Amino acid sequence: MAIYDVKPAQPAPVNHHGVFHWLRVNLFKDVKNAILSLLCIYLLYLTVPPLLDWLFFSATWSGSQDEVTKDGARWIFIIEKFDQFIYGFYPEHLHWRPLFVAALTVAFIASVKLLKSIKLKIAIILLYPFVSIIFIYGGFGLEVVETDKWGGLMLTVIVAAVGIIASFPIGIMLALGRQADNMPVVKTLCITFIEFVRGVPLITILFMASVVLPLFFRDGLDFDKLLRALIGITLFQAAYIAEVVRGGLQAIPKGQYEASESLGLSYWQGMILIILPQALKISIPNLVGSFISLFKDTTLVLIIGLFDILAMVTLTNSDTNWLGYEVEGYVFVTFIYWVFCFSMSQYSKSVERRFNTELK
Amino acid sequence: MSKPAEPVGGISFLNNPKVRAIVFQVLALACVFFVAAYFTNNMFDNIEARGIETGFTFLDQIAGFGISQTLVEYDDGSSTYARVFLIGILNTLLVSAIAIFFTTILGLLIGIGRLSGNFLIAKLSMIYIEVFRNIPILLQILFWYNVVLAALPSPRQSYSYFDEFFLNNRGFLMPKPIFEDNSGYILAAFILACVGVFFLARWAIKRHDDTGEEFPIFSVGGAIIILSPILVFFIAGQPISSEVPELKGFNFRGGWVIIPELLALAFALSIYTATYIAEAVRAGIESVPKGQKEAAHSLGLKDHVILRKIILPQALRVIIPPVINQYLNLVKNSSLATAIGYPEIVTLFSGTTLNQVGQAIEIILMTMAVYLAFSIVISLLLNWLNAKMQIKGR
Repeated sequence: MAIYDVKPAQPAPVNHHGVFHWLRVNLFKDVKNAILSLLCIYLLYLTVPPLLDWLFFSATWSGSQDEVTKDGARWIFIIEKFDQFIYGFYPEHLHWRPLFVAALTVAFIASVKLLKSIKLKIAIILLYPFVSIIFIYGGFGLEVVETDKWGGLMLTVIVAAVGIIASFPIGIMLALGRQADNMPVVKTLCITFIEFVRGVPLITILFMASVVLPLFFRDGLDFDKLLRALIGITLFQAAYIAEVVRGGLQAIPKGQYEASESLGLSYWQGMILIILPQALKISIPNLVGSFISLFKDTTLVLIIGLFDILAMVTLTNSDTNWLGYEVEGYVFVTFIYWVFCFSMSQYSKSVERRFNTELK
Repeated sequence: MSKPAEPVGGISFLNNPKVRAIVFQVLALACVFFVAAYFTNNMFDNIEARGIETGFTFLDQIAGFGISQTLVEYDDGSSTYARVFLIGILNTLLVSAIAIFFTTILGLLIGIGRLSGNFLIAKLSMIYIEVFRNIPILLQILFWYNVVLAALPSPRQSYSYFDEFFLNNRGFLMPKPIFEDNSGYILAAFILACVGVFFLARWAIKRHDDTGEEFPIFSVGGAIIILSPILVFFIAGQPISSEVPELKGFNFRGGWVIIPELLALAFALSIYTATYIAEAVRAGIESVPKGQKEAAHSLGLKDHVILRKIILPQALRVIIPPVINQYLNLVKNSSLATAIGYPEIVTLFSGTTLNQVGQAIEIILMTMAVYLAFSIVISLLLNWLNAKMQIKGR
């Protein structure tokens, strides 16, 4: 009878692990892939080192204008004009007020997430916009800052925030109206509004709001410019929110509607307690998506003469001491927008993934 | 909604859903009517107070301002606002067509690259999408126009390619084709070739349905469409010549000039929209279940046949609707041209014309009507395509 020894386990073949294996599978699988990979590497070699050099290594980070290097970014411009990029013409001694509102927003989000009592939550949600507006605009003993002094990132965030908050209830009403099959008149009105707004570019709506809207009111000639833009953006965004919410409403099984009816709930009770919570939950990723578009679209207000952060690039460059710094300005603003939008889209993806696990 | 069964004794009048629906609708209609009446009333008062004219008679007045790019004949001194309106629409369509062409190619490449097995290509495609989709389109347009194109050299130092194409801060110049007497034959040959290929394709499909025999319609048809005009070009004695732009003094003369505004706008729109198209393409290809490919393999089909007959028909059904929606978005985004002064409908009409005439309501409504028309045409197209591409036989 033969006796077999236990043989020691052999290491995996060299060509099945390690860097070279990875390279071969992922970059040099065949001739076509090898050529493409080499092309990509060459492209990266051409673009990345000079870009990094311009952005960081040769850049001027501090000092005065005389010390700037020729082939690097001159970030001293951004540092010099930083306040203007963030606050616009908001008076310097009052800069703490927008900052305070930003801190308040963080506290607001935290409290809505942490607090258990529904009544307290609703009270906070209703109070928050008013407190914020008072702190930014003034009144109640605070010095009033007119809206034409608002600008920069502050204005961008305000336009986006007001746009999303104000358009949300309108959007939900429009979505419900569009779904109301037993009320053809209401349905037609909602469809007309939604499709009209979605069919035209935002810029025409902004023109409408800035030129035509004042004609609609008595003594409308001195209508606040920012308010006009906000009305336009809110109506525009409401139509898009309505479509997103409608998608959510349609995804709710019919049994849920019937169940809420058979419980004897009225239309509004059924909607608020049963249907909308579910519909809004599944539309969160799309809502975030539409908020990202709105955030990007806020740049359009510069066309009707408001000074958002993008308009600040041209404005700060009209300072005779600081001419010709457009590139740095645009890169800085691009960076800000990118960070905002990218983090929001990552958040929406993570929400989507969380919901997906339920389906898998 | 299902009809609730009526309880014994009937529902009280106030709780009857039908009565409620009617009351509510009458209220809603009254509300809308009241607001509309209030607004129009104020509007007419305001218009009268400001002495603005109403109506569309301004369209027959002479515009009298210069336009940097006109596709149809236009004269500063004698052309009317109606002509300006037409030029605006045409310029919008021009930049949209150019951008749609390039964005489709770019989006397709990036979308396929995103799924590539090649690590570098997949990651670079992802970086491209994540970078350009998260930057506002207006910012991109301004960047290309104010930074990149403004940094181009003056006409005297312009970049030259083959001594026929020139790039400088006045735009991109290229040779202009000049059609001589016999050039009509070439167009005729092209149209004839198209018609011929159409019938050839119908015949090929019919034969395939009857006998199962394949006909290489793409290569044969493509060859016919490309080769026959070229053949006629030589037979007719080369009736097309080109006018090369020439440097005279401080600027170029002759040739075709693509103005920098058009370049920046088309560039930015293509790059931005391509990110969305790429995502649509990726989603479409990923939507085809893996089993389809495996089943086709086990039937013994070759790789290119699988792609053409199994993957693409199913993927395209998912890809085309969002891509067409992106085309519509691109057309709407082209209105941002007003920030850099490209002469399209919003710049010319809601901008310059509005400033000169002051009839805000008519002018903005006309501009909106143009975009609404585009939207309606595109959604009709989409419905038609969706109906055509429905999976048949279910």
